Parts: sequence; C-alpha cells; structure tokens
Amino acid sequence: MEITRRGFLTLSGALGSGVALSSLGVNLGPAKAYAAEINKMQRVMTAKQVTTVCCYCSVGCGLICSVDKNTGKVFNIEGDPEHPINEGSLCAKGAGLFDLTEANKYRLRKVLYRAPMSDRWEEKNWDWALERIARLVKDTRDKGFVSKNAKGELVNRCETIGHLGSSNVDNEECWLMSVACRSMGLIYIDHQARV
Amino acid sequence: MTNHYIDLKNSDVILIMGSNAAEHHPIAFKWILRAKEQNGARLIHVDPRYTRTSARCDYHVPLRSGTDIAFLGGMIHYILGNDKWFKDYVLNYTNASFIVSPDFYFKDGLFSGYDAKTRKYSKDTWVFEKDGKGIPMRDMTLTHPRCVFQLMKKHYSRYTMEKVSSITGVSKEDLTKVYAEYSATGVKDKAGTECYALGWTHHTTGSQIIRTMSIVQLLLGNMGICGGGVNALRGEPNVQGSTDHCILYGNLPGYLKMPVASQDTLAKYIEKCTPKSSDPQSANYYQNYPKFFVSFLKSMFHDKVNQENGFGYSWLPKMDDGAAYSLMHLFDEMYKGKIKGLFAVGTDPSVSSPNTTKVRKALENLDWLVGENIFDNETYCFWKGPGVDPAKVKTEVFLLPASASMEKEGSQSNSGRWVQWKYKAAEAPDDAIPVGEITIKILDAVRALYAKEGGACPEPILNLKWDYKDLKGRFDVLKVAKQINGHFLRDTVIEDKAKGTKTEFKKGQLVPTFGMLADDGSTAGGNWIMAGSFDAAGTNKMAKRGKDDPTGLGLYPNWSYAWPVNRRIIYNRASCDINGKPYNPKRKLLEWTGETWVGDVPDGPWPPQADKQKGKYPFIMKQDGLGALFGPGMAEGPFPEHYEPLEGPLSKNPLSGQLINPAIKIFNSDLDKVANADAKFPYVCTTYSCTEHWCSGALTRWQAWLLEAMPELYVEIGDQLAKEKGIQNGERIRVSSVRGNVECVAMVTKRFRPFLIEGKTVHQVGLPFNYGWLHPKDGGDSTNFLTPTVGDANTFCPEYKAFMVNVTKI
Repeated sequence: MEITRRGFLTLSGALGSGVALSSLGVNLGPAKAYAAEINKMQRVMTAKQVTTVCCYCSVGCGLICSVDKNTGKVFNIEGDPEHPINEGSLCAKGAGLFDLTEANKYRLRKVLYRAPMSDRWEEKNWDWALERIARLVKDTRDKGFVSKNAKGELVNRCETIGHLGSSNVDNEECWLMSVACRSMGLIYIDHQARV
Repeated sequence: MTNHYIDLKNSDVILIMGSNAAEHHPIAFKWILRAKEQNGARLIHVDPRYTRTSARCDYHVPLRSGTDIAFLGGMIHYILGNDKWFKDYVLNYTNASFIVSPDFYFKDGLFSGYDAKTRKYSKDTWVFEKDGKGIPMRDMTLTHPRCVFQLMKKHYSRYTMEKVSSITGVSKEDLTKVYAEYSATGVKDKAGTECYALGWTHHTTGSQIIRTMSIVQLLLGNMGICGGGVNALRGEPNVQGSTDHCILYGNLPGYLKMPVASQDTLAKYIEKCTPKSSDPQSANYYQNYPKFFVSFLKSMFHDKVNQENGFGYSWLPKMDDGAAYSLMHLFDEMYKGKIKGLFAVGTDPSVSSPNTTKVRKALENLDWLVGENIFDNETYCFWKGPGVDPAKVKTEVFLLPASASMEKEGSQSNSGRWVQWKYKAAEAPDDAIPVGEITIKILDAVRALYAKEGGACPEPILNLKWDYKDLKGRFDVLKVAKQINGHFLRDTVIEDKAKGTKTEFKKGQLVPTFGMLADDGSTAGGNWIMAGSFDAAGTNKMAKRGKDDPTGLGLYPNWSYAWPVNRRIIYNRASCDINGKPYNPKRKLLEWTGETWVGDVPDGPWPPQADKQKGKYPFIMKQDGLGALFGPGMAEGPFPEHYEPLEGPLSKNPLSGQLINPAIKIFNSDLDKVANADAKFPYVCTTYSCTEHWCSGALTRWQAWLLEAMPELYVEIGDQLAKEKGIQNGERIRVSSVRGNVECVAMVTKRFRPFLIEGKTVHQVGLPFNYGWLHPKDGGDSTNFLTPTVGDANTFCPEYKAFMVNVTKI
C-alpha cells in the first residue's frame, strides 16, 4: 500500500476507528491506550512538523519532530517516511531520539563550574563563565606562545592548549571551531574522526 | 564512502569486513539486504566474531583480529595468479603499467628508504621513471620486471594460501571460497563492494588495510561504478563533515594541508602542496590548490589580507616538520604536564581514549578544562572519579550546556557525502545554546581581551572575520554556511571558453562552484569542497527534498547536496570504457554522448580518455590521473604489507623479520606498557559497540530505554575458553592487560571460536566500549583501561581492535 505520512494520518483520523489502525500494525490494546493514542494522533495532526537528521551513526536518517504549537515543545519524534535512505524506519537509538530532548531529566541546563580543589559543581551565569574562560585562555596562550621553534623557524603557535572537537555537531559549528582554533594558534586539535 | 548508502542495493557481491553493519548501521544494512532481495547479491561477512551481521549474510568467515592485510594480500595473490583481474580497466585506469625506479626495493618486511632511528621512510625511491617530457614511462604489455604490475605480483606472491591461513586462522577452504566469489566481480557487468567501519580503522595498520582493499577494487574494476567502491560506514552523525572541516591537527578545511615550519612563505607552501603533471591527459585537479588555499585565507581574514601581506599566511600556526599532534600526542604531553588548558566539546576521552589510566592521570595536570555538551560525562567530572581525591586536583572546570541536535538549525554530512539540512524544532532548555554560539561567545570574549590588552601574536585573533551573529546576538547558521560556500569579493566576469559564455557575478554573490574560486584574493571560500552547496542566487541546496531518481539507480540528485558538486559516486568516469560507453549498460551511471556526459555529475566535463586531444583520465584528483596500485602516499610503504599488532600472540611475523609496523610511533611513558606474546596475557582481545549504545555511551547511557536494553559492561568469551577457565555464563570476572583491568559480566557464547595460528590454538575475546563510572553507577568502567596508546602510522587512529589480555575469575 503506497501511503504518505500525511495521508496515513488523515486516513486514520477520518476513520476514527481502532480497527483501521490495527490493520496498519498498531496494537492498541486496552481502551486507555487507545484513547491516549487517539489523543496523540490528534496532537500530531495539529502539531508543527519539523524535519531533522539523526544524531548517532553516519547513515543520516531523516526524522520528523512534532512540536506542540502552544508550548513550543517537541513531544514526538519518529522516522521520516519521505526520506529516501531510511524510508521512515529507524534503529533502536534513532527511535528513542525523543529522550535527548529536554524531556530527559539529566540534560545540562545551567553553566556549571568546579573551583580548584572543590568537590562539587556550582551554578554560574554565562557572562561570568565567558569572562573567566577568556582570561584563562589569554593568560595560558600568552605565557606559552611559541613564535619560533628550536630551529628558529617562525611557527606562531600555542602548545599549551588542546582542543578536542566533535563529530556530533553541525558543519557550520565544526567550521567555526576549526577557524577559531587556528586563529588562536592551537595545534593540538583533534576529535572523534580519529577515534 | 566513494559511493553512498542507497547504492549498496546495486551490488552483486558485498564483502562486509571490519564492520558489524546489522547492529551498528541497521538502516544501511537494509540496503545491503535489498541487494540480496533484488539482485540475488552474495553477502560475505569476515570478522573475528559471529554477529547478527553474520547471521544475515550467506556465510561468516572468522579471522584473527589484526590480520586483514594478510587476508586481502592473499586475495590480490589469488586475483593475479588466477587471472581474475579486469584487464581493460587495469591497463587504462590504473598505474599498473608504470615503471618504478630501479632504486626501489623490498626486503624482509622493509621497503627502500627506511631509517630505523626515526622509524620513518624517505620516499625518494618510491617513484616512477619518467620520459624526456616528464611523463611516467609505461609498459602496456605489463611484462617489464620493474612495472607496477610485476612488482605487485612479486610482492603478493608471498601471501600463499598456507601462509595466509596460518596468520589469519582462516581455513584454506574458506579463503578460497571468499577469494573466488569476490573476484568473480572482475568483469564488466558485475559489481562488488566492501563495507568497513572501525574494525578496519582501529589498527596500527588501519589505513593500509583500506588501501589493500582499494587495490583489490582497482584490479577488479570496482571503483567508480554503481554497486562498487570502498565504503566506510562511519560512526558519528557528522563525522564526514567534521573531517571535511578538519577539526584535526594536520589539515585545514577542505583537506588543505596544515603548513609546517620549513614552509616559511606562502610561495614555498604553495609550491610544496600543488602537484604538477606533464601528462596532458591528466586533469591533475589539485593544480587548483592555490585557489582553494588563498580563498580559505580570505574567508578567515577578508579585507585584512592581500597579496602584499601574503594573505595572512604567516599568522597561521605551523607544525614542526614531521611532527604530529593527535589525541594521543595531546594526552602524552598532558601527562608530562605540558598542556595547561583543554577544550572538550561533545566528547568523553576519559572513556573513549586508549589507555584510560594515563588519560585520567593526565587530566589532573590541567589548570583548566572547558566542557561543552548536553550531558555531564566522565571527562568533565574526572576530579571526582574513582580513586581521585578532589581536594588534590587544582583544575578549574567549566561545563557549558549545549543545545541538542533537534534544537538547532544546520547541516550534517552523512558517510555518503550527502550534506543534509536540518531545522530547529524547539528551544534548548534554560541556559543551553548551540555549540556554534558557544564558540562565537568564547572567542568574542578572548578578542575583547586582546583588543584591550594586546598580547602574544594578536593579529590572527583580532583580524579574524568573526561576525556570525544575527541582530539578536545569536548564532546565525546561514551566515556561516554561506561563508563556507564562498563568495565573490568583487564584481567578476567568468568566461567559459569551451562553452563560449560569459557570466557576471556581483560582489557579495555566492560562488556556485569551486571551479570559480581564485588565487588572487577576489574570492573567499571557507571550504572549497562545499562551494556549490548554495547557488549564486543563495538557494540552499542542502535543504533540497526532491525525490526524483532519473537513472533509477537511487542517486536522488535533488535530495540534499553531495560534495563535490553534487556528484553521488566519485571517480564515476571509470564506470565507462575509454570511449565513454558504460561497462555495464544495466547500471548506466554515466555515458558520453559524443558531446557531453549524461547521468551522474561526472568527474569533470572533459571527454573520455580515448580522445587524445581533449580527453582526460578518470581519477582526476590523482597527480597522474590513474588509480594508484603503487604510490608514495602512505607512511609505511607503496604496497601494503602485513605486520602484527603492537600487542599480539606471536613473537615473530610469519611473513618477514619485521614484527610490527615499522613506521608507527612508540609512546614510552611509564604508563605505556606493552606485553607482546606474553604468557601472562594469552588472549587476543577486541572491542566494539552495540545497537543500543553509541560510542562512549556518553549520550545513550543517560537514556532509560536504551540502558534497560544494554545495562552494563560484559566480556564475550567462546565456550571452549570458558570451559578451560571454569567460567560460567553470567559470572562476574576480571579482564586484564598489562596496563589495567576491568571487572564485568562474562557472556559465554559460541560466537568466538579459537583460531589455529602458526600451529597453536589462540583464543579471542571481546568487550563493548560503551560504559563509564559516572552513569549508571553499577554499569562498569571504561574498556580502554586495557588498550595501548598506539595508533596507525598515517592517521594515529588508536589500535582498539587488537591487543592482549587475560581473563580470570574474581
């Protein structure tokens, strides 16, 4: 059966019947689950749909985030049936992508700071942290900056600061990191592409 | 990937080696299974362990970890000895006929030019003889004793069935079966492909394993064709993009080379990095290197740099000649106390880097650490880790909350080079912001200090173009994407002499293709390979969602953007004969009509190579235009050679007097212990992941659904070894190497079988690498307590896949 996602939602909504949903492979079970499913379907139908790409392996599966128009929160994420690679399917990790949203209680929400010799994190604000980080970066860089190497060649580099980047951020973010590191003269630059 | 995920369906024989695709790339595996369903493709799995991939393949062939080159070298020997190579392709599209320098030799495991003191090669003799015009000399009969073909034949004649079987532990019957089945694709109308993953890269010989397969693919005519290629199933969502943008010590965005100290002027650097070819049929596309590099410098510094100040070249940091600055070098220096500050963005090296003891000790030497992530991890709170007294750790640590993937707009590149645009679905919680915005804000603050106080070499910091915020002061991702694409810095007219057209571009307009980048400072381009991700009118091609598939081969040319220039299969001109007619008309990727190419975006517009005037060879990024069966690119030799892992069960390499890769760096701190062929650590060990966790588990361990499915560390042991050791399934045991140990659950299976190596029984065991002490509390700690600090000689990718351990009851 050739059916688009929107068509599927319209069809199941219009029929309003558990039989139709069951025939499409959804096990509705008890009446409570049925009601919850219909409620979710209605939320999905009225939601803003935003496409994204999975953040685990490199296959690049497409997903659709359903965003509640009232709260602005993502409440459901599922495979994008229009996507030519995954055609709506996902692996266990991708299918659980919702658990990376702010619904996950372990998400970091505040700037945290650990002072020397301290045994705990403390909350800070962005301005304080940025000012302190910049001070440390500048002092470390100025102190350890190498203009010329042992052979007397001009090298303009900072050997005392390392930068480990990430394969789990977007291209534009990678490029900014790459350029920022070079402007500061860093050479110990690496990330998971090697690991 | 040379090809892309959907293209796997076009294959006739799929060799999965160095990958457990069914569990780690389940959606990619769907296309592998489709090849079986639609073409009756044969699926072969070669791997130390029987996995769910093996279960879905036609058969599984177990081999000892770290012996892939021996296995594939035997395949080359088989292909040449049994005349299975694709003659038309090998003659015309590879350097098989080139004559190698008379000074080149190979003796007892070492190639000419080796210096044992520096563990490095001089590559002076790894070159070709040239004629009066400077063009490599060729013998099209392939009989000259010094032609590449004959040298290769001689080199791999040592890889006999007996020898390969004894090294790898694969039976001669299994070897013959795989070799015969795979080499049957060396004909016009069959395609064979190879899928690998970390199972190949995580070795001291990783790059050369991949190169051995590339040689196999060239010999069989499987490069550049539908259903062919050498395909890395990479492990991170944007690892292709992060590599393309080179957050790596040795390269600048677009794989431009990081300058070294002896290249003290722009002219010297350009001279060294720009290859030359005297052969008019070689496109030698890298002759355009200066355009890509100068445009990159202009993207960094814009109007602050020009011809007079060398486009700011002197401001770039320079590496020492021959030096490397990888993750392992970083932690080695940090352990010595030389590194004072560290940024760790979206990464957890305290779990993921080799030799965990050394890494965690090294972190204690830092003055400061800046973490950016969506969850806490073992690296950011190393100061309260097992056995660490926080009161003795001086490090100031900042942990900055980042937006998750669906909370920000931007592009990600998959392994098939598809650069896909994604949109922001929701705001990040509380104070979390995108990593891009954090990078901008930190450097803004640093720039403000330098503007106020001055300091060491302030020019590159203060002159950097750094205006990537919108009016609200937030990260403007489209501004960055367009800067990466590149734009004209002045009104420009581009003349296409071949087409007889002139096109005008205004200052500020986007560059529609990298062919229009210039070396005179008139264009800025942040990453040349991404030029064309927008068109000149500013349309974002990465966001395209067109589903048309005109070739029927699954190329989907209007879905997202594939670099370079939306080419879906690279080296695609090699899918046609020298007259531009497809070798396999049933899978017509490309065809020359007599005037133009139709199908995929060709590797350059030139006619096929039979046209001696205007035609070009197909491998346009190679200096000589041809597939390199022999070449100077690698650190350890022009032909791949089998060496044992740094730590293995043998005290002698059965193939030569050279036990380990002669070109790898040996780290020698007090924590870098090695126990080769040591009775105390008798079992080969490997590491891997599982479907439910991702990498160090730093994201997935915080998710209840996934954690419930895979809750804790285990070691998989074959039932024969378990019986020998009296270990029961489910029992908690200790796995130890000379560097450290972990305690975990024993999982006794029939999936690991002992190997017969050099007449002796060798057992292998394996552990996942997804766990760390922080969360869950009882899930076990890092598997990398076991692994050595050692890496591939070219890439410094650590050897996580082959080392020696013992297993003991607690």
